[in-house]
Amino acid sequence: MTVHNRTSFLDRVADNLGRERRTDVKPPVYSVKPQDRVFQGATQDELIEKLEVQCQVIHTSFERTVLADLGDSLQNVLASFEGSRKVISAGGPRLDEFGMRGIYEALGKEGFDLRVWNDQEGDVTFAEQAGVGIVFSDITLAESGTVTLFNDTHNGRSISLLPETFIAIIPKSTLVPRMTQAARVIHEQEQQGNPVSSCVSFITGPSNSADIEMNLIVGVHGPVKATYLLVEDL
Amino acid sequence: MGIKIGDKPYAERIQAGIDNSFMRQAVSSAQGRFRSGRLKAAEELGDWEDWRTLGEEIRHHTMENLDYYLHQLSEQVEKRGGTVFFAETAEEANAYVQEVAKKKQARKVVKSKSMVTEEIGLNEALQQSGCEVVESDLGEWILQLDEDPPSHIVTPALHKNKEQIRETFANKKGYTKTDQPKELAAFAREQLRKDFPEADLGVTGCNFAVAESGAVTLVTNEGNARMVTSLPDTHIAVMGMERVVPTWEELEVVVSLLTRAAVGQKLTSYITALTGTRLEDETDGPEDFHLVIVDNGRSKILGTEFQSALHCIRCAACINACPVYRHVGGHSYGSIYPGPIGAVLTPLLDGYEDHKDLPYASTLCAACTEACPVKIPLHEHLIRHREIIVEREHMGAKSEEWMMKGFAKWASTPAAYKLSTKMARTAMKPWTKDEQIEKGPGPLKGWTESRDFPAPAKKNFWEWYKQREKRRGEA
Ligand code: SF4
Repeated sequence: MTVHNRTSFLDRVADNLGRERRTDVKPPVYSVKPQDRVFQGATQDELIEKLEVQCQVIHTSFERTVLADLGDSLQNVLASFEGSRKVISAGGPRLDEFGMRGIYEALGKEGFDLRVWNDQEGDVTFAEQAGVGIVFSDITLAESGTVTLFNDTHNGRSISLLPETFIAIIPKSTLVPRMTQAARVIHEQEQQGNPVSSCVSFITGPSNSADIEMNLIVGVHGPVKATYLLVEDL
Repeated sequence: MGIKIGDKPYAERIQAGIDNSFMRQAVSSAQGRFRSGRLKAAEELGDWEDWRTLGEEIRHHTMENLDYYLHQLSEQVEKRGGTVFFAETAEEANAYVQEVAKKKQARKVVKSKSMVTEEIGLNEALQQSGCEVVESDLGEWILQLDEDPPSHIVTPALHKNKEQIRETFANKKGYTKTDQPKELAAFAREQLRKDFPEADLGVTGCNFAVAESGAVTLVTNEGNARMVTSLPDTHIAVMGMERVVPTWEELEVVVSLLTRAAVGQKLTSYITALTGTRLEDETDGPEDFHLVIVDNGRSKILGTEFQSALHCIRCAACINACPVYRHVGGHSYGSIYPGPIGAVLTPLLDGYEDHKDLPYASTLCAACTEACPVKIPLHEHLIRHREIIVEREHMGAKSEEWMMKGFAKWASTPAAYKLSTKMARTAMKPWTKDEQIEKGPGPLKGWTESRDFPAPAKKNFWEWYKQREKRRGEA
């Protein structure tokens, strides 16, 4: 936890800029703000429509459900993946909010080997072997079809990365037009002295590459398949 | 590897590029796809010009206050448990990473694609200290197995076809299946999966660092950067010193510009913002985090007429728009930064001596400037480079110097410039398809005959080039 060579480095920078070192900079005022105009004034339902359309572009299946049916919907999605019975899920307050404990118990009885991330030895190894990872979106970007995860003690980075398929449960209340709103939340929190989580993941569909003759290849490192499960929670 | 790749002279490199018909075909179809992706994305977004204006203003403000934002960034990283190393030179940066590797007794290093580590030759340095280095980006992995340099910023292995890739996998890794891209990629996935858990060190670049929070952001599609930063205990991020933004609000804008301008995606599959080390109650993510901030010639560009070259966000839109790149491919530039931005940046970072041909690798059609999401006046920088080369290197006769000066003056008045590009379009009609120059007559057509530029200067340039080649032959 040190900073090396800073003074000489930054002195050189200031020198080349032809002035003294700056210790204070007023926040800039930009002449245009196009980012606020995207989907401006759209209702949550309109945002859902945008999200659904975008899901086709990003090779992600999209399902809608209500809170009461979440368990059934989840089971259907899991059944569609065939074969993968080992499941790792994010934990945290959402588990209770969405009645996931009961749902997971039921899945256990159906023969699923399910583990909730609880920051213990073996979580990463379990995620490596799991076929499915389940996460809860913290902020959902309609324009790009992106789920935002604030990775923390309940929400390991590996859950959405190592299993071959991943499911994001998207509470309707988390939908915003685009990345602008997510960035603003983080910026405001930072200003209030609440530091951002050690890893923020913006995830948009499955992993892909165009490195071999520009062919789209899905799942080179991360998940091969992705499903978004939108839950009406409003 | 360093910024310069290979020692072949310029003319030979171009000829090799022109002779490689697979590469030329691949480049031209990739350019077409990237370009239409970008245009479509810009259209969907609406207000593209406003976005570009905002991008330019953000980059300008940041560069003007770079010392302040780098200071803030380093404070924040330190607060979050990371170590920051400011490196003036490539050697300093490499030595620091070597030292960390030594302390960690690292044997295996996994990397995710990074231009700046190529620029400073970090892989070689790590190998010298006894580490095995594995590039984990699919394209980079292919090139690493083949010991071949990248030829495009976004798709580094663009010049290779699937048969060549199959052969490489077969020779180097005992691959036995077909040349289907899907099978090839599945094999790479399987091979690389073994490397991540074994690695002691994860090395990444940094697309943008956020000064206000100390976050290092990686913009990728494959997910390898997430592997590299989640699994090994130590993460080292290496960034060019210009790649900082003030706050998350600016980050969002430059990321949106990058993904749209690069391939026409609204966002890439993964945008990952990493801040410091993992927290005490977390089980994945690195325990130890180092940020290496590299100057390596960049500060020399500050305060000069070329300062805006540092605004570049490495989206490759200029490369995808460039008719010269289309003809000669990335390797012809002899620099790890190809295309128009390479032609501007490489001589600035590495001097004119080895790269004085690069500013002539342009038709000056301004397609690059038009494509650039942060409005860097690329073709104007190229003109200025040419002027400097003529003046300083005394390579041209007096009349040519005069011509260059007159031309720069003339091209820098907006009305004349507009007229010239218009005229150029008309003049080039017979060879223009889809607003790009398909083919021009004669040898070296990529760089000379097919210049999208009005006739008077064309004649002079061509003569200048011939004369110079002749002089070189006599020397
Ligand atoms: S110069 Fe502009 S267009 Fe070219 S890579 Fe940089 S940002 Fe993109």
